[in-house]
Amino acid sequence: MNQFVEWDALANILIFGILVGAGLPTLFAFGVRLLAGPGAADAQGHVSRGRTVGAFVCFGLVVLAIAGAVAYIAAGGH
Amino acid sequence: MVGVTEPLLLAVVVATALAFDFTNGFHDTGNAMATSIATRALKPKAAVILSASLNMVGAFLSLTVAATIATGIVDSGVVTLAVVLAGLAGGIVWNLITWLFGLPSSSSHALIGGVVGAVLAAAGTEGVLWSGLTAKVLIPALVAPIVAILVGTIATWLVARITRDVEQETNDKMFRWGQIGSASLVSLAHGTNDAQKSMGIILLALIAGGAVPADSGVPFWVIVSCALAMALGTYMGGWRVIRTLGKGLVELESRQGMAAETSSAAVILLSSHFGYSLSTTHVATGSILGSGVGMKGASVRWSVAGRMFAAWLITVPSAAIVGAVFYWIDTAIGGVAGSYTVFGLLIVIAFVIYLWSRRKPINSKNVNDSWDPAQDSEAYIAESVSVHRPEVMKVKRKRLRKAQKRLRKQQQAEEDRLASEALAAEDPAQVSVRDLSRDQQEER
Repeated sequence: MNQFVEWDALANILIFGILVGAGLPTLFAFGVRLLAGPGAADAQGHVSRGRTVGAFVCFGLVVLAIAGAVAYIAAGGH
Repeated sequence: MVGVTEPLLLAVVVATALAFDFTNGFHDTGNAMATSIATRALKPKAAVILSASLNMVGAFLSLTVAATIATGIVDSGVVTLAVVLAGLAGGIVWNLITWLFGLPSSSSHALIGGVVGAVLAAAGTEGVLWSGLTAKVLIPALVAPIVAILVGTIATWLVARITRDVEQETNDKMFRWGQIGSASLVSLAHGTNDAQKSMGIILLALIAGGAVPADSGVPFWVIVSCALAMALGTYMGGWRVIRTLGKGLVELESRQGMAAETSSAAVILLSSHFGYSLSTTHVATGSILGSGVGMKGASVRWSVAGRMFAAWLITVPSAAIVGAVFYWIDTAIGGVAGSYTVFGLLIVIAFVIYLWSRRKPINSKNVNDSWDPAQDSEAYIAESVSVHRPEVMKVKRKRLRKAQKRLRKQQQAEEDRLASEALAAEDPAQVSVRDLSRDQQEER
């Protein structure tokens, strides 16, 4: 089978695919949870500064990753 | 004479390549946008416009052209203009047929299949590099959905777990943004990747026809027309395929859609980075399936998925048959007239398939209707009875007889009861039950 399946490439795709493909949604989900999860807002509906900053760090990383992907496509890696 | 006919032949090949580009965009809109449309993150029309623009941008974005088609799959020495034309025709026809049935299938596999068939017809079995075909097309078709299902499942499971105690409304609102972002990325990657295939084909045809020198880059008008053809195809929206992907496989909500599209984008980009290209269609479908597997309480319609997998397995052979037939027609008639015949036939077939699709049109209005109101056999029976269409009723004969026996018994009991109560008038409900049973007996 070895000549038909490129196991190295496949393993790489799977490992990095899980890291990136599942990692980014997870980050995003943490951001959402920080902003809107249980206990995020106090009685007046305000979200504490720490949570807001944390959430935007999460979202920022996701946006950064997307920008990186666009740059990668533009650079002809695709 | 060559000076007169060659440009026309060239024009036919270029037009066919653009037509393939169109069906490619048309067929693959769903890969990027089906989930956003299904979860109503974007209105259907807005989604296809966004996807079309991004496809167009993608086509301009990177100009490292895939200058050869089917490299390492067929013996490049036998690829002539006639082979390319027949191959393109095979790819287009297969794309249209799968679209008619609403089955997402890989456009590049259809193209490769068409070319393989034409090469088989032209040069026999030696023309095809079978190990290359297995390693680069057939095995990846099996591997891609498995990888994507895994990644999609893990992503969805994690997301669902982290946000399980966030209000549903907030979830939907926020994940919509992530969904639009990730879907856009898939569109962009698709534009870069697939528009270049058509550009490469047209460039090859131009070189073969002597219109441009062999070391020429892609002429600007080729880039523009490929980008436009794909964008137009995307904008037309293969609503049938979108519907299958968005509504047919899994009932999606925003969180699943976001996880699925992100894992699609990640797997597609990574696979091309590691030089083991996986089909966009297969990856997108796998991710959507994964988002159903990873979500607690979501059910996956594996029967629909099974039909899809079957279509993927027969994509290459079917497109190959069409491609081979077109090549035979081309050479049987011979010369330029043969190529024109192929082109004319292609137009006729496309028109027939279009007419066929009009019998049950799917468009931006009904793309989000619920998948199948009559999912279980009981609902089928109810539907068949209510509209008096016994042909939609697919039940085992034995069960049917039993059901009818039960019905007769019930009616007998009902009549006995009515008689014993000595009711003077029958109420309308009873009448309709009688009519029903009479109808059924007549049908038998």
